[in-house]
Amino acid sequence: MSAAIEDVVTESPGVIEAVPKRAMTLGTGTSLVMLGLLLLTPLFVKNFIIFQMTMLLIYGVAVLALNILTGGSGQFSLGQSAFYAVGAYTSAILMEHAGMNYALTLPIAGIICFAFGFLFGQPALRLSGVYLALATFALATAMPQLLKLGYFEQWTGGVQGLVVTKPDPPEAVQSMLSWLHLKMSQDMWLYYFTLVITIAIYIFSVNLLRSRSGRAFMAIRDNEIAASAMGVDVALYKTLAFGVSAGITGVAGGLGAITVQFVAPDSYTITLAISLFLGMVVGGVGWLPGSIVGSAFIIFVPNIAEGISKGLSGAVFGVLLFLVIFLVPHGARQVAIVGQQLIGRFRKN
Amino acid sequence: MRSEELRVAALAAAVIVFTSGTALAQKKYDAGATDTEIKIGNIMPYSGPASAYGVIGKTEQAYFNKVNAEGGINGRKINFVSYDDGYSPPKAVEQARKLVESDEVLLVFNPLGTPSNSAIQKYLNAKKVPQLFVATGATKWNDPKNFPWTMGWQPSYQSEAHIYAKYLLKEKPDGKIAILFQNDDFGKDYLKGLKDALGAKASMIAAEESYEATEPSVDNHIVRLKASGADVFISITTPKFAAQAIKKLAEIDWKPLHIVSNVSISVGGVIKPAGFENAQGMLSAAYAKDGADPQWDNDPGMKKFYAFLAKYYPDANKLDASVVYGYGAAQTMVKVLEMCGDNLTRDNVMKQAASLKDFAPDTLLPGIKINTSATDFAPIKQLQMMRFKGEKWDLFGDIISGELSE
Repeated sequence: MSAAIEDVVTESPGVIEAVPKRAMTLGTGTSLVMLGLLLLTPLFVKNFIIFQMTMLLIYGVAVLALNILTGGSGQFSLGQSAFYAVGAYTSAILMEHAGMNYALTLPIAGIICFAFGFLFGQPALRLSGVYLALATFALATAMPQLLKLGYFEQWTGGVQGLVVTKPDPPEAVQSMLSWLHLKMSQDMWLYYFTLVITIAIYIFSVNLLRSRSGRAFMAIRDNEIAASAMGVDVALYKTLAFGVSAGITGVAGGLGAITVQFVAPDSYTITLAISLFLGMVVGGVGWLPGSIVGSAFIIFVPNIAEGISKGLSGAVFGVLLFLVIFLVPHGARQVAIVGQQLIGRFRKN
Repeated sequence: MRSEELRVAALAAAVIVFTSGTALAQKKYDAGATDTEIKIGNIMPYSGPASAYGVIGKTEQAYFNKVNAEGGINGRKINFVSYDDGYSPPKAVEQARKLVESDEVLLVFNPLGTPSNSAIQKYLNAKKVPQLFVATGATKWNDPKNFPWTMGWQPSYQSEAHIYAKYLLKEKPDGKIAILFQNDDFGKDYLKGLKDALGAKASMIAAEESYEATEPSVDNHIVRLKASGADVFISITTPKFAAQAIKKLAEIDWKPLHIVSNVSISVGGVIKPAGFENAQGMLSAAYAKDGADPQWDNDPGMKKFYAFLAKYYPDANKLDASVVYGYGAAQTMVKVLEMCGDNLTRDNVMKQAASLKDFAPDTLLPGIKINTSATDFAPIKQLQMMRFKGEKWDLFGDIISGELSE
């Protein structure tokens, strides 16, 4: 046993700062306000905004998954787009070829991605820090090409991709609303459907990190040697973190496929993986509520950059990103902490 | 009291007559069109892997500026709203929804890329918003039955492939063909076109090799194709690989009849780097004039094009085929809007786009005309063969239609 552990114990890169587990979540009051906003806003905005909010939640879930991996267990990944793609394709193929209900495809996408992530975690165990990042990077670059392979083409649709049918709100909801003379659009239904799943995943993640397993993840993140000395099975928990992260990313991918109504290899390139990584850093590594802030950053800031200059949108985006990293290196978490202190001081006065 | 009632009645009658009179003038609008403005949406990869094509969007913007400066279309100015999708399909969906639901455009014009257009096609058709003149050569855009709100513009890859097959069947019926194609929608569409048009003679194909767009070089594929003993080489390649193929052919001293796809005919971008001496006698087909070719210097259409560039888009590179492309597509759009008159509904836009008769934008080759109908959503179907000689392409033969039914 000791030999096996020695193999997998690697020097901690020391890049990720230890985040105490209390600091990983929001207070009850703030959570309720957030929830209220997420519940009520769609009633007053256009379908297009609802669609953007749905994407915000979906990318938020994907960033959260990466946050569990990096913020929780201290492992880097630039390969989340691959898991996202597998989830998206699983949902799309099950819906379009097997005629399965969209809601049922999500747990399947999650399980397949969990298995995929767990298996990928095995060889990746021997790597740490930048080497692990590079190995996952390879996964992300390989994925679009694997999806194009002629061998799978009858299911994946090859380069042409697959068009997914958008689900209608279920009959029960429709008839209940018709009592109140209301009608629910597909977009709104999908938003609330996504919101329920997002909240479920968020609660699961918070509890996971507060549990024994979560403590094991964090012990590994902070000091692998100490963790293994305390009897934490480093190999198991490292691969488990990979599996959970991949599984959640897969669910996000499935939701993304249903919302966008289309999957194609070009949707899941390395750019997506880097965006998710970016979202995590901007939101604050290891701070779960920051995931939604990070997700907002990767969805809206490119649009803002484009609004400022069409030709130089990439450069403007770069400048904005640089400013964020320079001014608030710990991302949204830092802003939240400063905000909290200000409110505290205000109350004392 | 009584007279007052009468007066009111008379006034009411007058109002009714008056308003019905204006109704007879038939000004009909859908979202995006008013008495003073027509709002047109567009999606382009200004960033990301295909950002070189962003020039098309800029050219179109410049062209609409010109139209507006000259008084607009039937008195209405064009408001061109163009967004960046970075060649990513999910982003294209977001931008298309923004255009339709937030900006409320009349139509989406010339969105670029097969993956992006595939992603937004179902949405736009469900919303009944015209997806006009999409900037991709895939064959599937000509499907008025299933997608009555989507229309292509340029000749499809398949119709171009038909033209080469027709040429080979006539000029080299005993040839053995070797094909190199890119393993994506572009390459496969092409290959299908070739096989369809060769029909019973598909056995002429002696060898086919596919390559990935991410491969550094296609050299070993070409060596293998030479080994098949073929005397015709069809290169369904994008510019970088087309240039590699031309060079490699010379290196290994293989001299088949060399046909290169229209996407890689750029003299400056492909043939010059590969060496003029290696490209002599090479064949291809074209539908647009080459902005760098001096033979068009006195062509009235191209004179207009050069004048437009000088005034409205001075920093454009006239060697770039995308500039010529954007100009032609924008001109077709303006033509359709002119035909719509005061009836600017989405329904009528599609109806007018599907009734173009012998329209010839300034930048198309002489004799090539745009024709559409309710059952034909492929505006440009004709090309002309050309041979590379000296330092430029020489057109030869007739304008050929890529349609198979003939």
